Amino acid sequence: MSDGEMNTSMGTLFSPPDVEGARQFFAAKSRVLTDKLMSVSEAVTQFVHDGDYFSSGGFGMIRISTAVLHEIVRQRKKNLGFAGHTSTHDFEILAAGRCFDRCDVAYIVGLEVCGLSPQARRYMESGAVQVTEWSNATLGWRLKAAAMGVPFLPARALLGTETFKYSAAKEILCPFTGQKLAALPALYPDVSVIHVHRADVYGNAQIDGISVADWDLARASKRLILTTEQVVDTSEIRRTPELTQIPYWLVDAVCHVPYGSYPGNMPYEYYLDKEHLNEWLEAEKDVATLDAFLQKYIYGTQDFAEYLALKGGEEHLAELRAREPLQRG
Amino acid sequence: MANRYNLMELMVCVAARQLEDGKTAVIGTGMPLAAAMLAQKTRAPNLIIMFEAGSIAPQLVKLPLSVADSYTMTGGLMLSNMDETMATCQRGVVDYTFLGGAQIDMYGNLNSTMIGTDIQKPKVRLPGSGGANDLASLCWKTLVITPHDQRRFVAQVDFLTTPGYLTGPGAREAAGLPAGTGPYKVISTLALMGYESETKRMCVESLHPGVTVEDIRANTGFEMLFADNLIITLEPTDEELDVLRTQVDPLGLIIGKRST
Repeated sequence: MSDGEMNTSMGTLFSPPDVEGARQFFAAKSRVLTDKLMSVSEAVTQFVHDGDYFSSGGFGMIRISTAVLHEIVRQRKKNLGFAGHTSTHDFEILAAGRCFDRCDVAYIVGLEVCGLSPQARRYMESGAVQVTEWSNATLGWRLKAAAMGVPFLPARALLGTETFKYSAAKEILCPFTGQKLAALPALYPDVSVIHVHRADVYGNAQIDGISVADWDLARASKRLILTTEQVVDTSEIRRTPELTQIPYWLVDAVCHVPYGSYPGNMPYEYYLDKEHLNEWLEAEKDVATLDAFLQKYIYGTQDFAEYLALKGGEEHLAELRAREPLQRG
Repeated sequence: MANRYNLMELMVCVAARQLEDGKTAVIGTGMPLAAAMLAQKTRAPNLIIMFEAGSIAPQLVKLPLSVADSYTMTGGLMLSNMDETMATCQRGVVDYTFLGGAQIDMYGNLNSTMIGTDIQKPKVRLPGSGGANDLASLCWKTLVITPHDQRRFVAQVDFLTTPGYLTGPGAREAAGLPAGTGPYKVISTLALMGYESETKRMCVESLHPGVTVEDIRANTGFEMLFADNLIITLEPTDEELDVLRTQVDPLGLIIGKRST
């Protein structure tokens, strides 16, 4: 099984699997029960710094925190590292703002059946962004390793491909079976954002439906911003603790952002706005029209509520609610 | 008979027939999704569909736009997470994965990462692996659906994103990939292909109606093999077309808008 030579990879490891450093960091992080409710603008100012390694929860255009992504662009954050994990509209927004200069790639640039983002392509083809290649499972399992507090996890994917060659994984031999495995280094993002269905002011949070990689992302991240559709009393969390995915001590900021995943889908709440996602793709075809588009929707707006108002406000959002197929109970 | 169906419809119908009832399948975005949904609504009502984002065994009512959107979750048995789906594949529970692809070679290796030679400054940046590398490494049988032309069926992929049979017989096992896994079928605009068991090379099993061996050669960048018992692909049935057009993709997102 393992007669073949051991292959080496040549990708850059943007964030080292420093489990001891992470333990020190998490040991020092406050576990005091405090009200963390703040505006998106405050949260981004306080917790997202130029040069940070950033990660975005959800799945590209499903349960994403559009408000925080817009605010990162609005505040013109620069030189971020980015975990391009299942990233579609989130990637498109940050690529439009040219906010990152290095990227762990699992899925970027595309919007699944909606096509490729012209601006994301231009940005990635310009040479301005250093990339290291992974896959959805292996980048997700890097977060799981960090969430578990171990420096790596073994996996049976990546092997034999150029995705491995341009990753920062290492081939190892299993100490029990002798099989070749890909060792995936733990990834601890400096700061992440996750959009949830409900949270209390302390950061206890619940997600309905699939959680993608957010269980691990919440635990791997040094700082965590939550945006939430609903702010609820802690008693409501305690009444349905089986739905809680994120306990408060992982969380640094709680921002109340109804329709916060727009134009993305929020399962059980509202469906995605395909027309507006197409409007993005259309505007991106040309740099000048993209500039005007960003000026109109992001740089020229104060906050996310203003963006929602520009997109037709309650009336339009009610339509997207009507398009949502999942019902509770 | 002419124009009873278009090529996209033919591909989706042929693709749907490859998925056996009662099996498990992790499905990629786009055309594979339409095929899985058509299979579930015709000959494979107990096909267990899984999505990499975490939805397990849904009953699809409408074509999802993303492998994570609400339409992947309708009627599901379980709403979990990516770790659950991918670990289930790694454990050996998933029979099929069904992927699209940008470039494919004779061993079924796929490129969805870039066109060009420099990963740091590619000529065309494509999405990357997504879940494809994981799924083609870990599921038992990999199916691919893609248009058939010289740009896609190439002698050498620009970037080996996702493993097929790599360099040939034994190469997957030598690389450390799970034994007994690998490419199974390719459905293109011209033909249905499998892989020859000895050489692990792509081999045409059936030609779509009106397609010749010469057409295949002219549109393939490597030496394609042809089965001894080469047959003509069965045309879509009226029932398949009806379900596809009225239930799976009434908006024509995958199969195109129908000119009436």
